[in-house]
Amino acid sequence: MEPMERIKVVLLACGSFNPITNMHLRMFELARDHLEDTGKYKVVQGLISPVGDAYKKKGLIEAHHRVQMARLATESSGWIRVNDWESQQSEWVETAKVVRHHHSELLTTLQNDDEVDTVKSFKRKRLEEPECMVQGSSGCSTRKDMPQLKLLCGADVLESFGVPNLWKPEDIAEIVSRYGIVCITRGDSDADRFIQQSDVLWENRKNIFVTREWVTNDISATHVRRALRRGQSVRYLLPDPVLRYIQERGLYSAESEKKNAGVTLAPLQRYSTTS
Amino acid sequence: MAARIPLVLLACGSFNPITNQHMRLFELARDHMHLTGQYQVVGGIVSPVGDGYGKQGLVSAKHRVAMAKVALQTSDWVSVGDWESQQPDWTETVVTMRYHYGQIAKQYQRRIEALNNAPQESALCKPQLKLLCGADFLDTFHVPGLWRDEHVEEVVGRFGLVCVSRGRQQPDQAVHESDLLSRHRANIFMVREWVRNETSATEVRRALRRGLSVKYLLPDDVIEYIHAHGLYTHKTELKNKGIKLRPLTKQGLLD
Repeated sequence: MEPMERIKVVLLACGSFNPITNMHLRMFELARDHLEDTGKYKVVQGLISPVGDAYKKKGLIEAHHRVQMARLATESSGWIRVNDWESQQSEWVETAKVVRHHHSELLTTLQNDDEVDTVKSFKRKRLEEPECMVQGSSGCSTRKDMPQLKLLCGADVLESFGVPNLWKPEDIAEIVSRYGIVCITRGDSDADRFIQQSDVLWENRKNIFVTREWVTNDISATHVRRALRRGQSVRYLLPDPVLRYIQERGLYSAESEKKNAGVTLAPLQRYSTTS
Repeated sequence: MAARIPLVLLACGSFNPITNQHMRLFELARDHMHLTGQYQVVGGIVSPVGDGYGKQGLVSAKHRVAMAKVALQTSDWVSVGDWESQQPDWTETVVTMRYHYGQIAKQYQRRIEALNNAPQESALCKPQLKLLCGADFLDTFHVPGLWRDEHVEEVVGRFGLVCVSRGRQQPDQAVHESDLLSRHRANIFMVREWVRNETSATEVRRALRRGLSVKYLLPDDVIEYIHAHGLYTHKTELKNKGIKLRPLTKQGLLD
């Protein structure tokens, strides 16, 4: 398929990014390679959306630091960007809402581009299929130039769908049916089995891309924070500019790790108190 | 309080190409050796093997040295030693170690003379050089014809190893199963890398051949170098195919 005919995709990764590591960045690269390898897609953008402080995860440092570190980490990338909308919200925002928000932003951008365009585009709009404003099936817009937005995540996020009160079932359904997921798993992961065992995931399996990462790369932010607390080197686990940022400000200490200790995670708080 | 022994870590290998994982070895080893309380790591040397090694897919030493230099330009303690790669024939690891140790000893001698102190009186301990390697390296001692016994004895006994293991590797097993290694147990420092990171140069080359991204696995500047010089293609991977590894022919240990 000619590159022009490929479906455009935007990959959105939500998470703590506490701090961002080379593993997070690798996820984007692997996902892009995998999707483009199918011949059907062209990945046009990657978005990193750090979670807001109201998530209340233990050890979560201030959002503005996490956003800035992600920015430093993606400076050298031509296609991955950081978006701070989610981190700016005063309450924790469900992932489905974040996806919806970015989807409508993409649509708005395209519409704005149209309005600014010349007569040429006005004519083009007339001749092409009518825009479909209704949220229809499988996230595919009927606008040829509208990219598909897909959630990018590790297998651990997929498997977290099973954790009670962490996700609303209707949110999971919306994400997989309307948008789609690109899931990076390790060679030995059970992502396929997990999809098998879940009806909603199974029904939407065409919308779930499982990218097998044969070379295990487990650089977890937890590990990085632990090493930093212990004064051990984390060089080459995350980009140098991020490391410098952390060192200059003395982020990630025993004290910062205690933040939110004993506090209930926002989703658990929200869903277990709702009847 | 006993003064710490100054220590230099030497890593020999193909570095084909150098990756973040290679540079992690140095970081992990330094932290570990500091924690023993006995050592002060004062330097690190990356010594890419010469072209005479004959390993399949080995690109020219000129490039491998250049890439290592590019990768380490922002490091304040690890540098590239190109002596080994400049030798006309493949050079045994122990010979490379003797060379670098000689350089370190000379420097130390000069400092002592400049201070006009006897070594015992000054806090300047005699430096040591140890071989930095991954756990899989220990297994190579068993490969027939690859090592002379007396060389293994010298590398492990006289100098010492700092061995970084990761994932499911069981380096203790390799030491346990070898009388020679067991004898020098005290001179083999085991460093555990808790992060499972199996990124290897082999994987990087594979990805490059297939046009896949290797960003964040090695420094951007090295990736640029690779693309600029058209390295790591299907063609370069075929280099030395069918050729016997030089150590196996040079040392005449196999009949």
